[in-house]
Amino acid sequence: MLSIKNLHASIEGTPILRGINLEVKAGEVHAIMGPNGSGKSTLASVLAGREEYEVTEGEVIFQGKELLELSPEDRAREGVFLAFQYPIEIPGVSTTNFLRTALNQVREYRGLEPLDAVKFLSLMKEKMALVEIDQKLLSRSLNEGFSGGEKKRNEIFQMAMLEPVLSILDETDSGLDIDALRIVSNGVNKLKSEKTATIVVTHYQRLLDYIVPDFVHVLYKGRIVKSGTKELALELEEKGYDWIKEEVDSTATV
Amino acid sequence: MSKDNQILEDLNSKEYEHGWSVNFETDEAPLGLNEDIIRWISTKKEEPLWLLEWRLKAFKTWQAMKEPEWANVHYAKMDLQALRYYSAPKQSKKPKNINEVDPELIAIYERLGISLNEQKRLQGIAIDVVLDSVSVATTFKETLGMLGIIFCSFSEAVKEHPELIQKYLGSVVPMTDNYYAALNAAVFSDGSFCYIPKGVRCPMELSTYFRINAANTGQFERTLIVADDSSYVSYLEGCTAPQRDENQLHAAVVEIYAGAHAEVKYSTVQNWFPGDKDGKGGIFNFVTKRGICAGDHSKISWTQVETGSAVTWKYPSCILKGDYSIGEFYSVAVTNNYQQADTGTKMIHIGKNTKSRIVSKGISAGKSQNSYRGQVQVMKRAHNARNFSQCDSLLMGDQCGAHTFPYIDIANPSAKVEHEATTSKIGEDQIFYCNQRGIATEDAVALIVNGYAKEVLNQLPMEFAVEAQKLLALTLEGSVG
Ligand SMILES: Nc1ncnc2c1ncn2[C@@H]1O[C@H](COP(=O)(O)OP(=O)(O)O)[C@@H](O)[C@H]1O
Ligand SMILES: [Mg+2]
Repeated sequence: MLSIKNLHASIEGTPILRGINLEVKAGEVHAIMGPNGSGKSTLASVLAGREEYEVTEGEVIFQGKELLELSPEDRAREGVFLAFQYPIEIPGVSTTNFLRTALNQVREYRGLEPLDAVKFLSLMKEKMALVEIDQKLLSRSLNEGFSGGEKKRNEIFQMAMLEPVLSILDETDSGLDIDALRIVSNGVNKLKSEKTATIVVTHYQRLLDYIVPDFVHVLYKGRIVKSGTKELALELEEKGYDWIKEEVDSTATV
Repeated sequence: MSKDNQILEDLNSKEYEHGWSVNFETDEAPLGLNEDIIRWISTKKEEPLWLLEWRLKAFKTWQAMKEPEWANVHYAKMDLQALRYYSAPKQSKKPKNINEVDPELIAIYERLGISLNEQKRLQGIAIDVVLDSVSVATTFKETLGMLGIIFCSFSEAVKEHPELIQKYLGSVVPMTDNYYAALNAAVFSDGSFCYIPKGVRCPMELSTYFRINAANTGQFERTLIVADDSSYVSYLEGCTAPQRDENQLHAAVVEIYAGAHAEVKYSTVQNWFPGDKDGKGGIFNFVTKRGICAGDHSKISWTQVETGSAVTWKYPSCILKGDYSIGEFYSVAVTNNYQQADTGTKMIHIGKNTKSRIVSKGISAGKSQNSYRGQVQVMKRAHNARNFSQCDSLLMGDQCGAHTFPYIDIANPSAKVEHEATTSKIGEDQIFYCNQRGIATEDAVALIVNGYAKEVLNQLPMEFAVEAQKLLALTLEGSVG
């Protein structure tokens, strides 16, 4: 479904991603871990099409299409969803209104009729139950004054509404207490299918107890330096990242 | 050059969609302005002598006045002698109802999306349409008449209700108030008049639609709204003009009188031609709007959505004379390309326990300049006056300007006046967040701007709010990405 080949990206002239290779197939869950500042959010942003990042090399094929050629909105319409590490506030715009605009534009792109108010509302009700989110929150200004946990839950609610093919969750677990973590993970698990894939970016093994990955990758200094199965996450939890850093830094060539 | 600048260089705003004009036979005054022209207009309108004298007095005063220069706007002054002060579509006789209106005129308004056909209007909005210098039609007159509500063109009111006009004309905005108000008093040609009798709640929105069609013609309409004790009315005003290379002058006066316990809501969606994207042409919109809360517990609320005009100079104000009276001003002013707006309000607290609320949302894009200018004045005997002002500016790009000029003048120590101001930019983060959910950039801007202006848009009657939202989006189209 997603094939990233030798991806290099920089911001304001500073290289951040330095040759990422990753294959994701439908039905899979990939976890990306790594120390702070290693480039995890950058990778997520580049896939979503954030313009500040300049792709200097490499290609990304998503469902047979050159992902990097598409505008951010077309990537979303093709089914790429990014749950933001720091969701953005939009004063005066309710989640409901925001999602109605989004969903109808996605549907239009896919040649579907816009949903009328009644159908939209019943879809909302269904998805609200999935992530146990309160209707009151959805009529407030998007993310404005939301607690950290509410923001994350709202991201997953949006994901549920838009039914993406590829979901990238950027540290969705941070700021969540145990109950919220369980609810959000349940939501993500229920949305998984044979046709969709998930990339989970996280610091902590904790999340991976709930969303069980098929593969775990360690990102360090803009490269994937180690890949494995979920046991790798446990090992990282136990030993930290230092041993990987040492391994990489000692063999690094300039 | 930053990315923002590049984007703005490519800025190419959507063409003004009401920029067409129509040729039809008109009755016109000769070009220029002098006493004879004023007599000509007055004769044409078969006016009583007192009104002619009123006009001539205003003209004399005006001649001694200077065009104001304190506003934060810059433009080449117009040659007022090169304008025409009266232009009216030729109609064989004044239509009694909509069926007698020239079909060609009806077609003009249909094209503007305004149906004059009463059956077609589901929402029940009574409308008075003013084309260039004269009112061409007023709908729902009979329905309103049964409640004793008078809603008609100004000219008709002068003939049919001279006692009301004589009593209230110039009572809120004196003819000598300012340069443009004096000019208007001298040459005004038509407008709307509305009277709501004691205790009557007007059952429908009253609305005036202004359209400038003729070239080289100034539009000087006057609106007078009188809400007698314990009455209520909601009034809407809309306007458009053809796209022309030269600037055109619009200098209107609106006066509102509210008796005890009366409430008047006045909403404007101003969409005069703003000039093209290089700043050529466009309307000079120099308007004086003022209301007086004359009776105790009365309320006047101004809501304006200003999207058009090349230069706007406009300060809808409230004189809070009655005790416990309330004045409100809700404004969204959008400027793009080379537009300039200097707009705001004056709240003058005279009575005890008077309250005012100001919510101003400026949005600037392109190379435009957007200024808020507001005055809160608390007079000596205005015990316990309260004011809250919120002035926000939203900037798109870094070539536009937003300015805030609050003046506070307090002569009673019990007054409580609060002023909050913010300036923000439409964030690329916000746009990207929308994009990531599948929303195109243009729609993202519209969504964000409408969210920002929501508190004001919520004040508009439903049908107008939808139109205003679209207009905001249209004005800003092409200003990002
Ligand atoms: N806008 C930016 N300008 C300059 N450097 C940035 C910017 N965004 C991220 N970086 C840098 O890129 C590196 C990777 O950041 P990020 O992808 O956020 O890491 P992670 O998500 O793995 O913690 C960090 O060194 C960070 O400082
Ligand atoms: Mg990160």
